[in-house]
Amino acid sequence: MSRKSFFVKIDWTLITIYLLLVITGVVNIYAAVYNPEANAVFATDTRYFKQLIWIFAALIIAVFVLVIDPAFFARNSYIIYGVFILLLCAVLVIGTATKGAKSWFGVGEFGIQPSEFAKMATALALARFISRTDFIRNTKNMLITLFIIVFPLLLVLLQNDTGSALVYIAFVLPLYREGLSRYVLIMGFALIGLFICALLVNIWLLLTVFLFITLLIWGIGKRIRRLNFKFKYLLWIFLGVACITGLTKVAYEYVLQPHQKDRIEVLLGQKVDNKGVGYNVNQSKIAIGSGGFWGKGFLNGTQTKYNFVPEQDTDFIFCTIGEEWGFVGAFIVVGLYMLLIIRIINKAERQRSGFARIYGYCVSSILFFHILINIGMTIGLLPVIGIPLPFISYGGSSLWAFTLLVFIFIRQDAQRTELV
Amino acid sequence: MQSVKQYFQRMKQKFAGRKKVIIAIFVVMGVVYLARIFFLQIIDSSYAEKANRNALRFRTQYPARGLMFDRKGELLVYNEVVYDLMVIPSQVKDLDTAKFCKLLNLTVEEFNSRMEKAKKYSRYAPSIFEKQIAKNEFALIAEKLYLYKGFYSQARALRFYPKALAAHVLGYVGEVNDNQIAKDHYYKTGDYIGMSGLEKSYEKELRGEKGSKITLVDVHNREKGAYQNGLYDTAAVVGMNLYTTLDIDLQQYAEELMANKRGSIVAIEPETGEVLCFVSAPSYNPNLLVGRVRGNNYKALADDVSKPLFNRALMAQYPPGSIFKVAQALVALDMGVISPHSGFPCDKSLVGCHNHPSATNVRDAIKMSCNPYFYRVFQRIIQRRNPKGSIDSKYGLLQWREAMLRMGFGTRLDIDLPNLKRGKIPDTAFYNRWYPEGWNFYTIKSNSIGQGEVEVVPLQMANFAAIVANRGWYITPHFVRSYGTENERWRRTAYNEKHLSHIDKAYWDIAVSGMWAVVHEAGGTGRLARLDNIAVCGKTGTAQNKGTDHSVFIAFAPMNNPKIAISVYVENAAGGGGAWAAPIAGLLIEKYLNGEVKRKDFEKKYMETNPCQPIRTNKK
Repeated sequence: MSRKSFFVKIDWTLITIYLLLVITGVVNIYAAVYNPEANAVFATDTRYFKQLIWIFAALIIAVFVLVIDPAFFARNSYIIYGVFILLLCAVLVIGTATKGAKSWFGVGEFGIQPSEFAKMATALALARFISRTDFIRNTKNMLITLFIIVFPLLLVLLQNDTGSALVYIAFVLPLYREGLSRYVLIMGFALIGLFICALLVNIWLLLTVFLFITLLIWGIGKRIRRLNFKFKYLLWIFLGVACITGLTKVAYEYVLQPHQKDRIEVLLGQKVDNKGVGYNVNQSKIAIGSGGFWGKGFLNGTQTKYNFVPEQDTDFIFCTIGEEWGFVGAFIVVGLYMLLIIRIINKAERQRSGFARIYGYCVSSILFFHILINIGMTIGLLPVIGIPLPFISYGGSSLWAFTLLVFIFIRQDAQRTELV
Repeated sequence: MQSVKQYFQRMKQKFAGRKKVIIAIFVVMGVVYLARIFFLQIIDSSYAEKANRNALRFRTQYPARGLMFDRKGELLVYNEVVYDLMVIPSQVKDLDTAKFCKLLNLTVEEFNSRMEKAKKYSRYAPSIFEKQIAKNEFALIAEKLYLYKGFYSQARALRFYPKALAAHVLGYVGEVNDNQIAKDHYYKTGDYIGMSGLEKSYEKELRGEKGSKITLVDVHNREKGAYQNGLYDTAAVVGMNLYTTLDIDLQQYAEELMANKRGSIVAIEPETGEVLCFVSAPSYNPNLLVGRVRGNNYKALADDVSKPLFNRALMAQYPPGSIFKVAQALVALDMGVISPHSGFPCDKSLVGCHNHPSATNVRDAIKMSCNPYFYRVFQRIIQRRNPKGSIDSKYGLLQWREAMLRMGFGTRLDIDLPNLKRGKIPDTAFYNRWYPEGWNFYTIKSNSIGQGEVEVVPLQMANFAAIVANRGWYITPHFVRSYGTENERWRRTAYNEKHLSHIDKAYWDIAVSGMWAVVHEAGGTGRLARLDNIAVCGKTGTAQNKGTDHSVFIAFAPMNNPKIAISVYVENAAGGGGAWAAPIAGLLIEKYLNGEVKRKDFEKKYMETNPCQPIRTNKK
């Protein structure tokens, strides 16, 4: 392998998209924390200046990943996984808490968030394991697969970081690609639907409707011989649905924390409290909605600049984009993300090694969930869940973790012709 | 191992189609999100408004209200800045209540109740914590205010009256009510508007033009500078000044003379119609109706039985009494029903009179104010032969009324103060209603001597004095010579126009001569108005009413170049017009024409004595 050919094999398109998003990030962080009264552009204590340092470090990490032996990650995936599981445990004991989540290793001003990296580690371990085992037909392997995903998920939940924990659902997509029954996906969607219904509609009314539908289907089935369902099965399905509905209600009432319930109720419109729990979402929608088609222009966003939107350089950075760059800016950012994740899927499908393919699907799915949850929250389609927008939100841990995640895949992709 | 590899190869092939499902999920979600963003940014325009409501504050720039000056340039009304202490409850943090209360001179209970009230109104919007703190008091507070988060000050202008005079002319301002806001959208809740006097009638000139300023604020309501560098801001335009016709020295003197009396004084410069002084007694200190003290003071004034808020000079419709005889004589002469040398005996069987020789001409009749004489005069006016034939009271009354209206009686003069009453010169319709079974001279004879149904407000009396002084014309009395700025002024053109009485000048000379004799000749009824060196013309009146008679006097001086025409009305003062109103008029004329009053003992007597009988109140 000559050095030249190596650089040719690297997917520069992915790297370009990556760089565009990172630049978008630092520009909007600059706007979000912009203070017209302080005119020094390179004040070292500002967030965007720090972000520039994080980006610089991230690029070093990226280069490091690109020059390392691609087999290194596949071979050491369990070790990497183990190290981060240990770190996740350690952070529970000696970590520092910010905003209710105990997920940081803090040294002075600097902090590292192991949970950001744990997703990458889980992706590596998962790719390694199911690329070498039959997890569909072997129950033991299935359980191990589940364990690989759920163990870090539980540790993150224990840190009180619900957002990061939710992202682990993303691993359903690579599993589905590798043969997991489609009913798991369908049931997943059905569960979300049932959950929303259970919260919106009176539970007894809902059950009555379900019972009615069941009887209706049975009745139709009797008339049409070809569709003659066994009443027994229908009854079981009905009972299953009823149980799940009931459980969702119970889970909602007793498992979720009060602030989470508030956020869900705000989203479903059952609670209007623009000064209290609904404040963030309302202000976020105002900021984005006031952007119009072309936006208010760089540094002209009143809502973000004057702090009407909270967390505007981290979790709510999309508001700054929406307000200052308008629909055009939002379209470009969403478009770049779509290009990125679809290209990774397409690349992954072309990998020769199962490890690289599965890892690629994991990367794409993790990014997808992050984007989905973060932007969905800012535009009022999902409840407020605090997770960063990949590459754009302020923060070293998150930027480095996503850089590692993506560049490990780029490295795998660059040598797909070599490894059989 | 081979089989496992084959298995994976199969897996790769078997589920390759699922890539499309996953990409489909990505694309669908991407499209849904973009559609949602499109809806928020393009379709639903309410967010842009909400954003403006968040970050833009429309601050009204209040212009300074115009000032008022007297005819010599003395300042009568100006604005003084006071400060409202505002509070935004949600921003109040770590407050040292004890220190704060000490600074504002409040008890802790007062503080708590005010904070409760503010919180009840709104936790996030500002409300007034302490109203209208005077400038000197506020200086102390302003120094320390930065220590108390959530409190800030707002400047407001209040009216102040350095001379504390002419309350009934200047009027007062107050906060607009809902009706006024509905009528004129210029006003917003909390704005000031002229409620009475010149403040009301020149409201449009005085108020100026409000400006607006758009500022950006952050989430904590802190100002962050002008919106678009002030592109959409408009500057406030300062209100115009009023250059009034009042002579404040004369006004002060008149108010001193009336201080312990009830009644009114109106003095007019005959040549111009400019009102020199205007007193309705009892009056009040206009500063009482300003600022924090206003509410209590207003109530006290409104409850006072002597009605200090009632503008007698404009609104009290009195019987004019004998001063009306001058007008009667002029109308009769003009109609030709008497000649200057007509004489009537003082026949007390017709109407009561004091003891005096019978008048042999109009001049003497005015001088002696002979009641039977004017009984006959009015009889001739009313029973005037209709050119078509029969004796017709109605015809005479109509002729008489028209002539009276031309002299400003029974008509609402177009002055520049609000709420002027028109008085009453009865017409035939009135008497038809009053006496449905029919009427003639004998039923309305009391009008001959200014009693009966005739009613006149003091301003009309002064105006009539001015007409006599001008020998037959008047300019509508007014209080503002011009309005505008130092450099550019306007005036109402209505106050350039002469209103003619259409009565022959020769008859006016007779009236003037009679009025001179009232003051200067032996047997005249107004001798107490006499001055050395100045020819004063006057006419006394004693207006009968339910209580003690009112004392009335009209006058002008000097006779041949009149500079001042005046009416004095003293309520319920026994002794007739000659006893009280005449000497007061004399003192005022002396003050105005000579600049000072030399007759100190005389002045003291009329200044200190209160001739007015107390008002009987109905106690229930």
